[in-house]
Amino acid sequence: MIRYRWMYLLAVPGLLYFLIFQYAPMWGILLAFQDYNPYRGFWGSEWVGFENFRTFFSYGDFWPLLRNTLTISVLNLLLSFPAPIILALMINEVRTEAFKRITQTVVYLPHFLSWVIVVSFTFLFFSLDIGFVNKALASVGLEKIPFLSDTLYFYGLLVGQTIWKEVGWGTIIFLAAIAGVDPQLYEAATVDGAGRLRKIWHVTLPAIRSTIVILLILRTGDILNVGFEQILLMLNPMVQSIGDVFDTYVYRQGILSGNFSYSIAVGLFKSVAGLILVAGANFLSKKFGEEGLY
Amino acid sequence: MKQGRLQYGDIINYIALTLISLSMLFPFLYVFSVSLTDPATYVQGEFILLPKEFSLDSYKFVLGTGQLWNSVKATLFITVVGTVLNLFVTMTFAYVLTKNDMPGWKLFTYMVLFMMFFHAGMVPGYLLVRELGLMNSLWALILPGLTNPWSLFVVRSFYRSIPSSLEEAAYIDGANDLTIFQKVILPLSKPVIAAFSLFFAVGLWNTYLSGIFYIQDPKKWPLQVFLSQMIIESNTDLGSSANFDDVRQVQPPSETIKMASLVLVMIPILLVYPFLQKHFAKGVLLGSVKG
Repeated sequence: MIRYRWMYLLAVPGLLYFLIFQYAPMWGILLAFQDYNPYRGFWGSEWVGFENFRTFFSYGDFWPLLRNTLTISVLNLLLSFPAPIILALMINEVRTEAFKRITQTVVYLPHFLSWVIVVSFTFLFFSLDIGFVNKALASVGLEKIPFLSDTLYFYGLLVGQTIWKEVGWGTIIFLAAIAGVDPQLYEAATVDGAGRLRKIWHVTLPAIRSTIVILLILRTGDILNVGFEQILLMLNPMVQSIGDVFDTYVYRQGILSGNFSYSIAVGLFKSVAGLILVAGANFLSKKFGEEGLY
Repeated sequence: MKQGRLQYGDIINYIALTLISLSMLFPFLYVFSVSLTDPATYVQGEFILLPKEFSLDSYKFVLGTGQLWNSVKATLFITVVGTVLNLFVTMTFAYVLTKNDMPGWKLFTYMVLFMMFFHAGMVPGYLLVRELGLMNSLWALILPGLTNPWSLFVVRSFYRSIPSSLEEAAYIDGANDLTIFQKVILPLSKPVIAAFSLFFAVGLWNTYLSGIFYIQDPKKWPLQVFLSQMIIESNTDLGSSANFDDVRQVQPPSETIKMASLVLVMIPILLVYPFLQKHFAKGVLLGSVKG
């Protein structure tokens, strides 16, 4: 202990942070089992057991939220997940170094913008009156389309935003994996008469398969975590029915309306389900012979 | 024959990548272009690509609003103070996490690991900030996010790449852990400090959610909240939105003014981006799952 006394000193800021801002709120979880009343406080409020959970599951709010969350997650898994892999394969085929560097610089850029900016772009491009797309449509005599307030386009816009913002950034890890492929494999494939596409299919893809698998598994562990900030900014009364997800619901119930106990119960459900999913995903990735996350 | 086919594929690939790059850049160019159009002559329904009547009036207008400067002040405060504090907490705690023969190391590590998988949740965090009396204070946008497991583990793996003989030599020379950290470890950590300064700074500059959670006084709104008010909440074809019904601006600002605000909020990111991009690619790989 004496040997490490200075290390404990260095640990103080981090420990304080974790204790105060990460572990102290754990107390708040208990409020999920109360009918918490801020005036009566934690000790004065009534304990109600699983009442808040029962309300959540039996009053019909649960299923639409689950459906919306899963829909958005699955769309992202099907479309946003493969996008960086394809882009990485394309970038890898570029032989002109300068072109490659410029492309990479450009496609990484949107990652650093806030969701507010990305959603602002979306509004400036797709809104009915001032949207670039609708102005373009109108200028050639076509009918305007209410992209932002029609349930038809909502998921498309969400997935489009996610791809636009993160596709370039996502290529980093795949490009690194591709860079690690043994060049001899390509030479051997060339000798065997493989063309470029065949080399991608038979050499590159199998070589980065383990990276793809582990990222995919980790993503499924995160399936209940859809972009809270993004969706909150995109929600409006017209698309509420298909766009409301667990986080936006908890935000409305808890922070806007002050139904603390109820919203903590909903949040707790989501955290526990998420924990099970992540643990399951990690178990799976180990099963696949990967290192796993922990 | 084979040569020819390769060339053909190359051309398609180059064209596709050029189009993808352009789709990334086009929003910037369009927004920039409209922001430079004279607001007085700009008609809402008009379709333009290049400014017709060039003017800086939109910028003058936005820069003349007190709200922008209030938000700039708030954002600069949280970005500068937050980045310094984030670095301090992350660099020190990550170093502790490298000492795996230290009593308590396991506990510390599990504390961090657990945070990767389980959080108390949004509302308990909100109630804590309220209990601490931080409502409507800019500290509420800094303190709850001082570090995170990902950063800690990335920095830790960087420290581990430093040869331990350096520490041992300093130890034999009579230096204690604190001096070793200051004189040996930190000077060697410049690349990681650079990467994480930028990383934390961008995150704090982009602060939005905690702004709408904790800040009621518009004078303390961070820039992203200002921007969302300006563009998203005042969007005319959506009717009333779930947030901010009471603080909605009466008159939606003209489009050129919206675009000018957007450009102003983006400028710092676009300026640091060239420096940040190189460091970040490395940072991501350092911390990535070992694929």
